[in-house]
Amino acid sequence: MIYLDQAATSYPKPPEVVQAVTEALIGAGSSGRGAHELSLAASRLVFAARQAAAEFFGCGDPSRIAFTANATESLNLALFGLLEPGDHVITTAQEHNSVLRPLFLLERRGVDLTIMPADRHGIVDLDAMRRALRPATRAVVLSHGSNLTGNLLDLAWVLEFCREHDLILILDAAQTAGWYPYNLADQPIDILCFTGHKALYGPQGVGGIYVRPGLSLRPLKVGGSGVQTFSRQHPGEMPEALEAGTLNTPGIAGLAAGIAYVNKLGLDSIRRVEGELTSFFYKQVQEVPCVQVYGDFQAAERLPIVTLNIEGVDSSLVSRLLAERGICTRSGGHCAPLLHEALGTAQHGAVRFSFAHVNTKEELAEAVEALKSIVQVCGGEKDD
Amino acid sequence: MTERGLVIAFQTTTQALAWERACRERNMPGRLIPMPVAISAHCGLAWLAEPEDRESLLEMAEELGLGYDLVVELEGGEADG
Repeated sequence: MIYLDQAATSYPKPPEVVQAVTEALIGAGSSGRGAHELSLAASRLVFAARQAAAEFFGCGDPSRIAFTANATESLNLALFGLLEPGDHVITTAQEHNSVLRPLFLLERRGVDLTIMPADRHGIVDLDAMRRALRPATRAVVLSHGSNLTGNLLDLAWVLEFCREHDLILILDAAQTAGWYPYNLADQPIDILCFTGHKALYGPQGVGGIYVRPGLSLRPLKVGGSGVQTFSRQHPGEMPEALEAGTLNTPGIAGLAAGIAYVNKLGLDSIRRVEGELTSFFYKQVQEVPCVQVYGDFQAAERLPIVTLNIEGVDSSLVSRLLAERGICTRSGGHCAPLLHEALGTAQHGAVRFSFAHVNTKEELAEAVEALKSIVQVCGGEKDD
Repeated sequence: MTERGLVIAFQTTTQALAWERACRERNMPGRLIPMPVAISAHCGLAWLAEPEDRESLLEMAEELGLGYDLVVELEGGEADG
């Protein structure tokens, strides 16, 4: 099997991640619930993971990182926890449904929304943010990197814009956490939402949210916290304020091991290998007849994603034929409806190849050959 | 019976674990215990040390900016009822 669906979830998980999850299942109880050996083991494990995440993102204070189930939960927390009727928020057409659907729901509740368009390469003109500004503009929410095209937004520009206009920046780092070298000490992102199971190599079902000091969010859920039992209100102190219910201790253990794995390899090294793989694949597929590649490949940097279609062929058929050749990709819509519209792929979807440093050029060359053979087969079918 | 000694109570589990990490790194005395009911019927964790450790522990907390809720000296003894 050749796994080229790394943007969906990284695979295979590093052995140390598997080991950490197993060890947590064997040796840890419920974090923050009691003070016996197993409970303390879980609490220590969660705290160490919080510290590892804080160091990884350069935020200094571990209590500003709350663990969630995934980036979607983190984004829901940020958007529903922050925005009020009458607020104006700016986003882009590049967004995933994990941003768009909460925003559309909030729009029905009285939040004003401006969506900056993308062109046919998926490129968002950030300068349009200046025209979108209103007195009521409170926040900017955007995905740093597109899960569909792999295009990146210019974070430095956005940070400066938000600073200049005193806007809260909510960054969806679902695709970029574990790939982009965030340093919150230098990059004053107000809220960073991440998942653990993509470029951080952890298990599915764990993610997190960073909330800068001085900013508080209304929690999405309240309940058990391990502290302040007799208070009728959920604790307001971070991170427990955003962590009602029993934590996913094995998942958090796996996330910590994933962060350690990324640290061990080094972000620079990972990005270099993945960049080479992406260029190698892109150069070959763009020369295949009838193949159309989407996204901005002139940019200085991009995520290791190449999304394409074979002219006149449903992406689902291409992906199915690739799977029959042992090549795993994702087809159809990619939960980014406005970007599909911009790319002109709303009808047929698109086939996404996404890479990680564990992939090889030999695997990618095999995928290119498979794609060529599908072009021949489907071209023949189309002619009939 | 109730606990006896210097008890430092925390608002959150995260505060308690940050405290434990700092103490371990600096070889400071004490250990995590369940929050004594004599201090609070709330659940959670507390740090148990000897009364003579109060000054050094609180100096450490100030230096590192560690959060906590209460510092109480418990005499021990039979529980009511």
